[in-house]
Amino acid sequence: MTMPFYVSPEQLMKDRADFARKGIARGRSVAVVRYADGVLFVSENPSAALHKISEIYDRIAFAAVGRYNEFENLRIAGVRLADMRGYSYDRRDVTGRGLANAYAQTLGTIFSSGGEKPYEIEIFVAEVGDTADDDQIFRLTFDGQVVEEHDYAVMGGAAEAVTTYLKERYAPGLARDEALALAAAALGQSETGHRDVPARDLEVAVLDRTRSQERKFKRIAPPVLVGILGDKGESAKAEETSSDPVTPPAAPAGNDDEPPIAP
Amino acid sequence: MTPPTSGARLPESYLTPGTSSFSEFVGAVSPELLPSRMTLPAGSAADLAPHATTIVAATFDGGVVMAGDRRATMGNIIAQRDIEKVFPTDEYSCVGIAGTAGLAVELVRLFQTELEHYEKIEGTTLSIDGKANRLSALIRGNLGMAMQGLAVVPLFAGFDLISEQGRIFSYDVTGGRYEETAFHSVGSGSVFARGSLKKLYRDDLDQQQCVTALIQSLYDAADDDSATGGPDLTRRIFPVVSVITADGHTRMSQDQVAAIADEVVSGRMQRPDGPNASLT
Repeated sequence: MTMPFYVSPEQLMKDRADFARKGIARGRSVAVVRYADGVLFVSENPSAALHKISEIYDRIAFAAVGRYNEFENLRIAGVRLADMRGYSYDRRDVTGRGLANAYAQTLGTIFSSGGEKPYEIEIFVAEVGDTADDDQIFRLTFDGQVVEEHDYAVMGGAAEAVTTYLKERYAPGLARDEALALAAAALGQSETGHRDVPARDLEVAVLDRTRSQERKFKRIAPPVLVGILGDKGESAKAEETSSDPVTPPAAPAGNDDEPPIAP
Repeated sequence: MTPPTSGARLPESYLTPGTSSFSEFVGAVSPELLPSRMTLPAGSAADLAPHATTIVAATFDGGVVMAGDRRATMGNIIAQRDIEKVFPTDEYSCVGIAGTAGLAVELVRLFQTELEHYEKIEGTTLSIDGKANRLSALIRGNLGMAMQGLAVVPLFAGFDLISEQGRIFSYDVTGGRYEETAFHSVGSGSVFARGSLKKLYRDDLDQQQCVTALIQSLYDAADDDSATGGPDLTRRIFPVVSVITADGHTRMSQDQVAAIADEVVSGRMQRPDGPNASLT
């Protein structure tokens, strides 16, 4: 028979937070950068099918790091929530803030409930406004905290090194391609040094307020990326095909029992 | 159940994996939002609400065009002069509606959300046949109301990215789906419009000529059907024209349509019955 131990609430929360942080740190980073015409999302993701960056609604996009099944679940819930609200009220009544709140409540409840394993994910919810002043970027952590970010933000494995790089070089009002080059270079940073991330391994999307359609979300296809960034380095795609796409080999080697983490 | 207010945790039903269909999801969590779930008392409701009338569509080499007149009627009353009955449903398709206007507009909104929802969740668009089948299912859901006089009959057109051609689908109130070749029309003036198109349509029409043929056919429909509105020259109200090609959906600007409509009307000044087709 197991003995019931007393664990202080502080310790319990700390353990759960450490558990979630460890999971998140094993994935690669996602950077979000504001540029002149909107918001740019860049992530290193050799898989063309499993997205880390997605459209939620007309002006709202979603990016996540961590366990794929967990954030995919939240993404679908977000699309449902947005479409449901847009259908029952009006398209303009769907806001990034409302979505961020729903996510925060969900993550917070799961984190503090004893029964469920905390989600090992972090999420960005960004909304592009009519002018640059109306752009909003929310960052949601595994424990349900919401932080409003300005100009740029990074989450995932090497978040600190990438943030430092962006902090030194970011200037407001960048053109899209400048912002993209900056973010791509930043994602190559890590505590152990710098490498060039191949353009074909990047997943890039923008919320572009200048798009004529109501839906402002647009993915930037790899051939376009190569045109902008140049074809640096070998793509990890070739070796990727043989392995399970959800657990790419480049995820830092942990022990084999670890749950799958999105690249 | 109403949609969750901001601040609440996402309900379990939202987090449950399963359907990529928005209408199925709404049916499961908030069925009262679906137009087809209303139960009506017995009797005909046909005269209670405005009716939308004639929609025409035709294909040309490289795409498809759809046009709709702007009139909604309630019995002998013109309920609205500038109603819009042709809607883009996604980047490569559009739908025009005839029948009970209120239900039809709601149905189009549901269909638009359905396509967009699928696209966002699955990360890919439905095939054009898939879209046509989804619309079929939505129409079938409305059968009960159709039997009480509140029928909705759409015409669906889109560009097939695989076979690279424009395609047209017509429906009946039971959700029956029929693919049409070349051209088709629905609504109260459809008989006259189709007769007109039979004489005017040719396989080698280009986009501009195709639009002209459709506007001619709407003129003929308005000529003989009181519920179909012709070009309103004094108020400058002209048909809504949607063009879908490999480049996607565009709605022709008011000025472009006005130019063609003015040409058609000035031709009718000379010959009120419209252009002559050769006898043999």
